[in-house]
Amino acid sequence: MAEPGNQTTPSGLFQFLDKVGRYTVAGIEEIGNGGMMVAESLYWLFFGHRMKQPVRMNAVIEQMHEIGISAIPIIALLAGSISTTLAIQGIYTLRIFGAEGHVTAGLAFIVVREFAPMITGILVAGRSGSGLAARIGTMKINQEIDALKVMGVSPVRFLVAPPLIAMVIMVPCLSMMSNVVGLFLAGIYINIELGISLAAYLDQIIEILKVEDVLQGLAKSVIYAIEIAVIGVVNGAGVRGGAEGVGKATTRSVVQSISAIIITAMIVVILTTG
Amino acid sequence: MTKKQNQDAIQGREKVIEVEDLVTHYGERKILDGITMDVRDGEIMVIMGGSGSGKSTLLRYLMALETKTSGIMKILGHDIDELSAKEFFDLRKKMGVAFQGGALFSSLSVGDNVMLPLYEHTDLEYSTMEIMARMKLQVVELGGFEDLMPSELSGGMIKRAAFARACVMDPKILFCDEPSAGLDPAVASALDDLILKLREAMGMSIVVVTHELESAFKIADRITVLDRGKILMIGTVEEVRASKNERIYNLLNRVPEDDTMDPDEYLARLTGEDYEVGNQPL
Repeated sequence: MAEPGNQTTPSGLFQFLDKVGRYTVAGIEEIGNGGMMVAESLYWLFFGHRMKQPVRMNAVIEQMHEIGISAIPIIALLAGSISTTLAIQGIYTLRIFGAEGHVTAGLAFIVVREFAPMITGILVAGRSGSGLAARIGTMKINQEIDALKVMGVSPVRFLVAPPLIAMVIMVPCLSMMSNVVGLFLAGIYINIELGISLAAYLDQIIEILKVEDVLQGLAKSVIYAIEIAVIGVVNGAGVRGGAEGVGKATTRSVVQSISAIIITAMIVVILTTG
Repeated sequence: MTKKQNQDAIQGREKVIEVEDLVTHYGERKILDGITMDVRDGEIMVIMGGSGSGKSTLLRYLMALETKTSGIMKILGHDIDELSAKEFFDLRKKMGVAFQGGALFSSLSVGDNVMLPLYEHTDLEYSTMEIMARMKLQVVELGGFEDLMPSELSGGMIKRAAFARACVMDPKILFCDEPSAGLDPAVASALDDLILKLREAMGMSIVVVTHELESAFKIADRITVLDRGKILMIGTVEEVRASKNERIYNLLNRVPEDDTMDPDEYLARLTGEDYEVGNQPL
């Protein structure tokens, strides 16, 4: 048996390396599973009819409602709050240089390119990504997924494709809504604080923002949507050990989704802003 | 027809499941070893064995839910290794399963659960599907329960609803995993009667995994006795009862056995560091 504090001995080192190796392999396996699920979902979406197993549009619409429409109030509230906070902080900082009138420029870029997609992604991960992991995990431990397989129903087509498609459609829509709500509420604050009229504020935004800026934000939203769906499904499908396992998978999926969103945002900004 | 006459008639019928020298592993561990068996058309085959004998695992392989290491498996005359994806899906439409816990979809009503296979595999009108689902629910004596949610049903009712769903496509083969587990004797006996009734009404082959001796003897045409991943014997109820095999005797007479297990292996299984059944990605 290993003695306490014996971590630097070769056996301790080997155990450490063994653990790192196992986690690495498990991580690569999960990424592979996620990739396979996206590929398989696309297969069922485009070729499911050939197998007489189409992706049901009513299931997609139901998911779009659950992921998108139901999330509008909370996403609008947070997008507005964060944009207003950014406006307050922006004015406070720029006032040091006497440049508070330029707050709109920074605000427009940061909201449209970064914060609106990110906040939307994080909220969708918390609401729907976790729900997806919990649902699939519960179905797995209750053998519902096995039942689907024996019935001749592809679980990926039935359970994965609808939320994946719904997220890819709805997350950019929610992100666009976050842009509008966030910039509008920040504009009201700027109007009150700096006396810039909403019309002038809107003119400034239109002048500063290019279509590419908006598209960049929306493209990120699509990536976030895929990440949230895949992470939710992979964690749900990997559930072990009953209800406790479902809880762990749900937590894990939220943490992983939020981490993936933030890391993706960083990578994209490094690649596109230089 | 007496049970004996029924058994004789079944022996002349075609094989709906044929397994030859099936070997399966979980990681390094051999779980099923050289399983050779068949199930005939219209037969009720009961797979029996003690805990850990591999009976539920064997059922998963018979349902083609797991990938075998070696051996030949034919379902309804098709070698499952030679089927295309589409053929495999089509084959599965001829199979139904009632899992131990029912495996009803908790977000769907009982009626929608039963209708699901029809909805997924047929072009029937919704109203027609509703009628068919209602009829199947009546067969399992759950008529009028179609609007309830699974959470509102008792354990026995959930199992009945699972039978209705499994039978809604009129499958050729019905698989049942521990149908009477966790039920009181009266409800368990009623489920046995239901299995016999379904076979009588629909003429399907039924594979039942159970450790309930009384239930097995009541419904089985033949019994496959498994022990530690190997088949001890396949025979009729009378043949199994008359067996001189010590482990079968112990199983039938509930004699406890000294089943020692390597603690490391046990811990590895407990902590999930080993491969688990049904733990593959979707």
